[in-house]
Amino acid sequence: MEPSELKRSKDSPNLDESTRRLSFPDEVLERVLSLLKSHRDRSSVSLVCKDWYNAERWSRTHVFIGNCYSVSPEIVARRFPKIRSVTLKGKPRFSDFNLVPENWGADIHAWLVVFAAKYPFLEELRLKRMAISDESLEFLAVSFPNFKALSLLSCDGFSTNGLAAIATHCKNLTELDIQENGIDDKGGSWLSCFPESFTSLEVLNFANLSSDINFDALERLVGRCKSMRVLKLNRSVSLEQLQRLLVNAPQLAELGTGSFSEELTFRQCVELESALSNCKNMHTLSGLWDAKGIYLPALYPVCTHLTFLNLSYAALRSDELAKLLAHCPRLKRLWVLDTVEDKGLEAVGMNCPLLEELRVFPADLFDEEIIHGVTEAGFVAVSFGCPRLHYVLYFCCQMTNAAVATIVQNCPDFTHFRLCIMNPGQPDHITNEPMDEAFGAVVKTCTKLQRLSVSGRLTDLTFEYIGRYAKNLETLSVAFAGSSDWGMQCVMGGCSKLRKLEIRDCPFGNAALLSGLEKYESMRSLWMSACNVTMNGCRLLAREMPRLNVEVMKEDGSDDSQADKVYVYRSIAGPRRDAPPSVLTL
Amino acid sequence: MSSENGKRLLETDAGGLNFEATELTLGLPGEPRVTSDGGAKLGSKRGFSETVDLKLGDNNQEVKLGHSLQEAAKSPVSKTQVVGWPPVRGFARRGKKSCKYVKVAVDGAPYLRKVDLEIYNSYQQLLTSLEDMFSCFTIRNYLNEKKIDQVNGIEYMPTYEDKDGDWMLVGDVPWQLMKSSEAVGLGLKTAPKYSSTN
Repeated sequence: MEPSELKRSKDSPNLDESTRRLSFPDEVLERVLSLLKSHRDRSSVSLVCKDWYNAERWSRTHVFIGNCYSVSPEIVARRFPKIRSVTLKGKPRFSDFNLVPENWGADIHAWLVVFAAKYPFLEELRLKRMAISDESLEFLAVSFPNFKALSLLSCDGFSTNGLAAIATHCKNLTELDIQENGIDDKGGSWLSCFPESFTSLEVLNFANLSSDINFDALERLVGRCKSMRVLKLNRSVSLEQLQRLLVNAPQLAELGTGSFSEELTFRQCVELESALSNCKNMHTLSGLWDAKGIYLPALYPVCTHLTFLNLSYAALRSDELAKLLAHCPRLKRLWVLDTVEDKGLEAVGMNCPLLEELRVFPADLFDEEIIHGVTEAGFVAVSFGCPRLHYVLYFCCQMTNAAVATIVQNCPDFTHFRLCIMNPGQPDHITNEPMDEAFGAVVKTCTKLQRLSVSGRLTDLTFEYIGRYAKNLETLSVAFAGSSDWGMQCVMGGCSKLRKLEIRDCPFGNAALLSGLEKYESMRSLWMSACNVTMNGCRLLAREMPRLNVEVMKEDGSDDSQADKVYVYRSIAGPRRDAPPSVLTL
Repeated sequence: MSSENGKRLLETDAGGLNFEATELTLGLPGEPRVTSDGGAKLGSKRGFSETVDLKLGDNNQEVKLGHSLQEAAKSPVSKTQVVGWPPVRGFARRGKKSCKYVKVAVDGAPYLRKVDLEIYNSYQQLLTSLEDMFSCFTIRNYLNEKKIDQVNGIEYMPTYEDKDGDWMLVGDVPWQLMKSSEAVGLGLKTAPKYSSTN
């Protein structure tokens, strides 16, 4: 990097060396700071003094913006002149569950226009819950000649035509990662848009798309991209086709298979297993749609090295999972469907002593299928076998206070504890008491807890516990819980590190909302929907705290005075100007 | 074989007439009378306990042939479906056994049937099921040109409507391809007069 002469002259009003306490030349400071990657460390550095603020802003190449409305693209570009990589998050998390109106906002386009002007050498863009149109993707594809990595998670508004533009124009692309988006899948021809001369791709994830792609085009693409390390296929790719791809890509570190369920001859099975066994670097496996138990043994050679196994698209039974896990001793992260039931989770506890993360997702319950799922027994079994467990997301049909107490006794190092008892407001199924003591045990025992999601029948006592003990808590999700304003007040008063709070269907009203007056500026955001907050309460908040944006979304047919959905966030960009009519900014 | 109410059935080979096919029954024409394991006897008169489960007048009744017919009588605990609950992204998609339902229409029959292509792994299985489903018609088995005795001299050719709206002969494209993307509807068309069976 070439430090500019201009910036320094303004900041050093006199040249008297003795007044400069810091004898580091700026070039050295910048070089040192360029090694800093963590954005929180950088934030701290920038607060030390003006010199350090400047050195930091000139040496920063990656910016992380957790809420796209907290700042404007112009402000970002003014402060950080040398950005090559941007991570942007948009809509509130509850938009994933259809709680946020259509056209709410978080459109990327205004950002791209500024970036094209100020960061022509932009290389990476990672977006989460943003709205992106095909026009924006086309604009992106042609505006940044060095563009390398595009990652879209839970975004919407675009179609496969936009992907075609990226494939066509981005000559230096290394990463195309399309995850769980609301994408209009118009067909698989986009994949054929990569030119024959294109060889730089390292990460390709199109698992989320459903249309067939041209397999020959894919086979040639994988064959010539020798640095490819992540390949996540969609369901249209068959087992036989998978084998052909793997033969040419044994260097893969992460694989998402396509469909895992066609009929294979014995010879084809052998070939598949052989191809997989050549993948010595593979540590992550996913996909496995409709996995048939009989083909899982083909995976065994890979399983020995696996650290992350994502079975959330394979509705395995307990016996099928048990057989597979017997070959996965090094597993650190496991995602499964609750079709594996408690028995399957027992197998987890028995076979995966190094497990750190477990996610158990509910299979679709609204089919006419037999009721299944997991209970407290499965979770307890895992906790006995996996003492290193620190991240859990667990959807279950029943739970008890005693079980949770046992679980956290076995695994005191939880950083992320997300428990979802699927029937809202359900009590301890043995004692019929509220689940207060369960979450009390969690926050008392797990001092490192950063993220907590609560569920079941909960009184204010749960929130008293949280406020009193969860001193490292940063993210809290609450639904169908609490008895009165007091609950939320305890949280707002006690959780000093709280950054994100999302609440739905709880009896918290204005007093609760306003108890956080002092707090919201130190948080990223607050979401409250279907609570007892009124328009007047929101107006008061907006009036008292001008640096907060207070947005209200009204439901059709609701009382005029009720604030059905409230979204509060700090911002240095002022109220946003792109809100749709359904969103009122107070 | 006898139906459970003891009604006497005539032999089937008297003059080639299939009396079973003309037997008056409840349920749709062409459904199997008795399964090989003596399980649910669809189509024949049944006792009270079976009529309880019979979805009379339900146009969307699906007969999942190829699975054992012993679906447990399930009434799922009625879960109040709350918006956005449980909080799982793409909830309806996860783990759902993929199902590709297509309508099956037979020339001349006054009804449509619905089949789930996902439960079949090959054309052979599908054709066998269709034969069972429409047993009063005979379906040309394109795979081995099986000669089938006919009641009225007409054979039916399995066809399907692809996504462009054209009617294609079943078997033109590989099974997986048809199943996953092509078939919008299946039909059984009368064979054109000039391609008679030999």
